[in-house]
Amino acid sequence: MDESLRQQFVRTVQDFTAMTGIYLPDDVEKRLRELRQSESIENAKTMYDCMIEDLSLAKQLHRPLCQDTGVLQYFVEVGTEFPYLADIESVLVEAARKATLETPLRPNVVEPLGEHNTGDNTGYGAPYIEYDLVPGGSDLRLRMYMAGGGCSLPGRSKVLMPLEGVEGIKKFVYQTILDWGVNACPPLCVGIGLGTCAATSAMLSKKALLRPIGTRSQYPEVAKLEDEIQAGLDSLGIAPLGFGGSHTVLNVNIEAAAHHPATLGVGITTGCWATRRGEIIIHKDLTSEIISHKKALEV
Amino acid sequence: MKKVLTTPVTYEQIKDLKIGDTVYLTGMLATCRDSGHKRVVKEKVMPENFEFKDGAIIHAGPIVGKDENGKQYMVSIGPTTSRRMEAAEADFIEQTGIRVIIGKGGMLEKTTEACKKFGAIHCAYPGGCAVVAAQEVEELQGVEWMDLGMPEALWIMKVKEFGPLVVSIDTEGNNLFENNTKIFKERFDKLV
Ligand code: SF4
Repeated sequence: MDESLRQQFVRTVQDFTAMTGIYLPDDVEKRLRELRQSESIENAKTMYDCMIEDLSLAKQLHRPLCQDTGVLQYFVEVGTEFPYLADIESVLVEAARKATLETPLRPNVVEPLGEHNTGDNTGYGAPYIEYDLVPGGSDLRLRMYMAGGGCSLPGRSKVLMPLEGVEGIKKFVYQTILDWGVNACPPLCVGIGLGTCAATSAMLSKKALLRPIGTRSQYPEVAKLEDEIQAGLDSLGIAPLGFGGSHTVLNVNIEAAAHHPATLGVGITTGCWATRRGEIIIHKDLTSEIISHKKALEV
Repeated sequence: MKKVLTTPVTYEQIKDLKIGDTVYLTGMLATCRDSGHKRVVKEKVMPENFEFKDGAIIHAGPIVGKDENGKQYMVSIGPTTSRRMEAAEADFIEQTGIRVIIGKGGMLEKTTEACKKFGAIHCAYPGGCAVVAAQEVEELQGVEWMDLGMPEALWIMKVKEFGPLVVSIDTEGNNLFENNTKIFKERFDKLV
């Protein structure tokens, strides 16, 4: 690909990455403000106010709203007619490096089993990149997520006996959030995946986390479970930040797949009050459109 | 009125504080997290330009930037999960005489006992509110142990009314998050 076009491509992804660290996506900020409004406990209000002040200071000073800008994860959905298929990987890596050094984001990535920090958030398998091909399409739909440490800690995946059923799923989720929720900076976004094995359930739970707040599963039974688990978790009252209040979560999403009748795989992935995810569409002429942060970028 | 602790922090300053109280910190503060704790407790290495005794640390890994003149400044700093330091913190308190430990969430039994025995407190700063915190750093005075990387290095800061800090372990050995955990657990038991 032509070098100046390549630089344009890198710039777009770099800016998109920096933006994801500085602003919350519209749905998360909206929901956070709603929780603040509905909160009645004084101490809890103070904590929400501190978060909301943090959001405006981050915007104003153009700085990452949380110091833990995570490990950068990109989810690529690309049309087979997108002209720069072969360049995507190197562009994402370069954009991640530049966004880290120039925004700056925190260089988190350390080498496997070591303390040696690579200094720019790249390394083997970092940034994390996942691909989905869209036959015949010509756009690149790029989503990203900043996987912070604290909010990644509760993540787990387990295969239940099918007989444990919905009650088993609920208990596993409630127990996990009870044990690990406080340190993940609640109110949380909870993604739950239901599949056959531990691996696919975990992947589905990530997909669930990436789905915007306010969307519900297309399967009525699953959508009902989303509501029930959300209500159940809220009744624990862990948010904000484990100090205790009227909520625990910003949202619960479930992605369920058709599965083996002898297993009930359940994956859990959590995001914090500062769930930083972004979505951009990049067209084949490299013009682009931000989907996730329309409101955040208005001012 | 804001209750402000000033470094060096004496036992007198903290002995009447109770869990749930909100305080602020003025003076010197250093970041110290996983690898830093290992260095102090296991390798018995102390920083050259920071006094832990009667001092304050924060479990945090900041983002540090450089301004136009090449001077380093705090871009964003928020607390990291204190529970990760549980295995080392009691020894850290005993060996260093640290007085105020700031972090995210609570800590467990061993740290609680050490706080009671040696006269220290643990405070929770609202996790993630990193730009608010950075604005309360007046000056970045230095850094040690850069070989551990930016998040793990020991950053030495001069802070002004750093907070809100909610006392989570007091000198009598009360533990706010342990108490809350019991409440959450009771609600959980009703649910399942
Ligand atoms: S859990 Fe989220 S808000 Fe809290 S410190 Fe980690 S990344 Fe920041």
